[in-house]
Parts: sequence; C-alpha cells; structure tokens
Amino acid sequence: MAGIGGAETTGKKVGWGVLNTVVVIYALIPVLWIASLSFKSPATLADGNFIPREWSLENYKNIFATSEFTRALINSIGIAIIATVIAVVFGTMAAYAIARLDFPGKNLLVGVSLLIAMFPQVSLVSPLFEIERGLGLFDTWPGLILPYITFALPLAIYTLSAFFREIPWELEKAAKMDGATPGQAFRRVIAPLAAPGVFTTAILVFIFCWNDFLFAISLTSTEQSRTVPVALSFFTGSSQFEDPAGRSRRQPWSSRSRSSSSCCSSSAGSSPA
Amino acid sequence: MAEIVLDKVTKRYPDGALAVQEVDLEIADGEFVILVGPSGCGKSTTLNMIAGLEDITDGELRIGGQRVNERAPKDRDIAMVFQSYALYPHMTVKENMAFPLRLAKVDNATVERKVQEAADILDLTQHLDRKPSNLSGGQRQRVAMGRAIVRSPKAFLMDEPLSNLDAKLRVQMRTSVSRLQKQLGTTTVYVTHDQTEAMTLGDRVVVMRGGVVQQIGAPQFLYDQPANLFVAGFIGSPSMNFMPATLENGSLRSVLGDVTLTDRVRQLVEAAEGPREVIMGIRPEHFEDASLVEATALASGGKFTSQVDVLESMGSDKYAYFNLTGEQAASADLQELAADVGSDDVPGEGISLVTRLSSASGAVEGASADIWFDADKVQVFDPSTGRNLTYTER
Repeated sequence: MAGIGGAETTGKKVGWGVLNTVVVIYALIPVLWIASLSFKSPATLADGNFIPREWSLENYKNIFATSEFTRALINSIGIAIIATVIAVVFGTMAAYAIARLDFPGKNLLVGVSLLIAMFPQVSLVSPLFEIERGLGLFDTWPGLILPYITFALPLAIYTLSAFFREIPWELEKAAKMDGATPGQAFRRVIAPLAAPGVFTTAILVFIFCWNDFLFAISLTSTEQSRTVPVALSFFTGSSQFEDPAGRSRRQPWSSRSRSSSSCCSSSAGSSPA
Repeated sequence: MAEIVLDKVTKRYPDGALAVQEVDLEIADGEFVILVGPSGCGKSTTLNMIAGLEDITDGELRIGGQRVNERAPKDRDIAMVFQSYALYPHMTVKENMAFPLRLAKVDNATVERKVQEAADILDLTQHLDRKPSNLSGGQRQRVAMGRAIVRSPKAFLMDEPLSNLDAKLRVQMRTSVSRLQKQLGTTTVYVTHDQTEAMTLGDRVVVMRGGVVQQIGAPQFLYDQPANLFVAGFIGSPSMNFMPATLENGSLRSVLGDVTLTDRVRQLVEAAEGPREVIMGIRPEHFEDASLVEATALASGGKFTSQVDVLESMGSDKYAYFNLTGEQAASADLQELAADVGSDDVPGEGISLVTRLSSASGAVEGASADIWFDADKVQVFDPSTGRNLTYTER
C-alpha cells in the first residue's frame, strides 16, 4: 500500500514539476527576449537569435546618455511612492472602519469605491486635462499623484479590509483589558498583525501607479513630470532609438533572409549618432 | 481585590433591544460567581459591562466601592480571560504574559519575576519562548490565565474560558481554575453556558434568561430549590422530568398515577396559592426500582409500572428511560430550554422520563419495571408563570 502511495506521489511530483516549469518558461519568454535584445548590438538586433552573437552594453550606455530616461525614472519613483503612501494611509483608515465599525452609509461607501475602480479611466482623461490645465496642475507631480490616489484607494481599501477582517476583534479587547489605551492597542497589537497586509497593499498600489500609461501620457508634456512608461513610448521614433520597434513596424514583410541587409543599413544610419 | 456591585445594571442597544435588564448583584471580595444561561441570555453582555468593553445604559457598577461606569477598561484594574484566549500571535508566551506589566511601565526586574512566578504556578516555564501558534489548546488556555494573573488585578473576568477545550481536558482545567482562584483569593466572575461548570466551580451561581436574572444562589441551593421551571430545567444533568398534573385534595394526579403529597410539600403548595392544573417535576435520582425500596418508604411515595424503553448502565448506577403516553408539559420556560438544547425539533410523542436507579436494579430493557418515586422530592410549578410552588428559602 505504502509503496503504491509513494509511487503515486512521485508521479504527481514529476507531473506538477513539469507543469510548473512550462508555466514559468511561458511567462518568462517575453522578459528573457527583451533582456536578450538589450544586450545585442544594433547590427544584430533583428537576427532572430535568442542568445546574442555579440554581447554589447551600448544600449545601456545610450539610455543613460541623456536625461530623458533618468529624469523619467526619478519622476516615476517619486510620483508612485508619494501616491502609494497617501493611498495606503487613507486606505488603512477606511478599511479599518469598514472591517470593524457599523456606521450608516457603510455599504454605500464600499459601493462607491467599487464604482470608481470600475469606471473607465479613459473617459476621464479629457475632463482631467481641462481641470488640471485650469488649476495649473498640468504637467506637474501633483497632477499625476491626485488621479493615482483616486484610483488606487479602492484597491487599497478592498485589499486592506480583507486583511483587517482576518484579525480577531478580541485581541483589541484583550489589549484594552490588559491596560492599553486605544492608541497603544492599535500600535502594539493591531499594527504588527496588519503589517503584512499593509505591505502587500502598498506593493500592489505602487505597481498600479508605476505601470500607468493613460494618465501619464495625457497629463504630462515635458520631462518635468513624464514617467517611465511614457518616456519609453517616446523612444520610438526619437533619433538614436529609432531602429528596434520602428523598422520592424515599417517593414512587416521583413524576414530572416533580409535581416542582414536591413541591419547593415540601420547600423550605417545610426553611426553618425 | 475588591467587591463588585451591580446596581440595576441595564443594557439597551440603540435599536431598542434589551440585552440585560436591571441586574442586581453583589459580589463579595474573593468570591467566585458564575453567570450561567443559554446563549443570548445576556451573561456575556453583563460580563462585558463589568469589563468596560460595553457601555452601561442604566444603573450603576461599583468596583471596590467606586462607581466605574464611565471608566475605560484599563482604569478598572480587572483582567479578563477570553473564550478564544485572544493571545497576541506575534508575541512569545513570555511577551504575552508580560504585556500588561509593560503597559503599566513596570521595571524589567519586576516583570521578569512576576512572569516567572505566574509561569511556575501554571506550569509554563519550559514554554516561555514559544509562540502561541506552537502551543496546544490547554497550554494556550494557561497562557491566557497567566496574562490575567501577572498583574494581580482587583478581579478576574472569565468568558467561557474552557469551552474550546476537549471534554477530558476541560474537567482537568476546571479543577485547576478552581484551585487557582482559591489560592489567589481574587474576586472572579465566570461566564459559562455549561451547567456542570456552574455547579462545580462557583461559590454562587447566577442563572440568567433573556437578560433577566432568574435566581442567585449556591449551586446546591439552586439544584434543590429552583425558583422556577427554567432554573429547574437548566440546572442538573440529566435534567428534571416534567409532566402536567392536577392538584386534588392534597394529592397529585399525573401519568405516574396519584401520589399523596407529604405534609411539607402540601403546606408549601397551599401557601403559594397556585392553580390546580400544574406542572410536576421530579429529578431522575428521586426514582428507584420499587423492589429495592423499604416497605415504609414505599407506602409514602408514588409508584408506577411501565416498559423500560432504553436502559443505560453506567456501572455505578443505571439510567432507565421510559416513554409514557400523555400530553407533554407545555410552558414558555420549557420551550426555551428545549430550543437551547436543540431538542425542540426532535419528534417525540408522549412524555419521556429519565430515571436513575441503583445498579442493583433488575430492570431490563424492553421489559416492564415497577418504579417508585419520593413524594417529598416532588416539585410543583405554575405552568403560566413558571413559578415553583414548592420553593422555600429554607
């Protein structure tokens, strides 16, 4: 019996292992592809090899050569961190109230925040553009931070209230009985238990802000507040980064046999830069 | 250490629901008082009001002679043990027990000493560095007790502290709770729905129902002299047998036949001036196999013959169950008790009777048996109010 059971589990283990490997490879291929491209020299970019024939760090040198990318990186990190901190702080308070208290309009609050999360963001772009220009927020950090908080808050409230519901109510009562003030009970008992949830939420909110493209491209116009996804989009067509996306888009018929010639011409074209 | 006085304490929720109604209770210094009743009877609410976790709508709560209605839990100097133990999962056993002392800003040496003392008393010394998640149920329960005793509070409040333990451990912990309380001599209020715990632990027991105190007294007194049907049915296991009966010229007519009441019982019933249609109650141990009863006693008691439905031999004695044809006793109190046990939807015709007979009894399952019962132990209740017509302060 035990032997059969053991064989079964080994079989299962192998099965799961194979399945997991397939899933991981499938998920990683685009990422590895980008990584591989980044190490190729412009001449070999489109040769279709997964592993670069000649390794080159030229792309990395070029991207940091101008302030276009570095500035965008600073903008992205700054804007995402500020938006995350504010959204998580307010989200924590709201989620705590939703998980612990019964107050009139609680369901309405939850419903409205869900509504905000579901609202098509693209429909808000034009009004936001007008409002921000009128208020002088257009192309500033607060101009992006404010809409990010709006859309990150429902996410934060939802995730955090789920975490808070898991914390036993009696712990807070016990802390009060042990002589803690409400503040001490929160700081020494509830906060340490809520920390994993708060971190998870902060990561999710940060990713949301970091990845946003729609607001970032609509509400910015200069390097002053342009974030990374927008800056990346501007790489296409800007002189020295023209080749990778630009050529393949213009020549959809381009095939392996033609790649060498196109590479030659592209390398010749980019050499003055 | 202090006495706790509840003076017409009432809890009314904002929606108008009355959870606790005018509870009057004086708990002496060092006394062990049990609040017992079915779920939803207001016992936990009462405890939470003493703790300060729920506001008191009306009435006054005094601890050590001082009104504490408006004081926060931390300013009342009482400790509480919760049903779920409510141990802080991110702290070790030692940190859990030290937490109240740390909050009170006690110096390190004293904290060490007090935690060590409590750990010694509760046999937790070797577990001090473990987290609550790595402890067994009984150990967690002891840590919860430890956290309560380190601070030497004026009083302990315990909210069903043993109900999450398995049956065997519960009996063991029951004795250790009792011993601990005697050893420390701290005023204790203990909430339970288990009448066995109430009977074995408390100096005094408070039986509650629907937010109203039914009776307060020593366990034995409650057992012998229940004030009403509810207390009679709630206290005792197996519970008292009830059946409808009619009072006629000093005798009681029921499915068990006619029985002449003893002078003591008759005088009490007459003084109580109840109705003629009553509910008769007899505890299982007041029955006996008629063949084992002396002739003089036999004559003064009641007797009936019926087929034994089920016979359970416990070794020390035998439980014989009978199913008698007749109307079941009907009363609001009894209905609520049945609902609490969950037996209200069990289909059953007639009156089921539980009797505890001597192990020497020759009763056989399925065969007929002659059963005698002690007429002096019969209790008589008013069906409409539930009042015990044979109740006496003694």
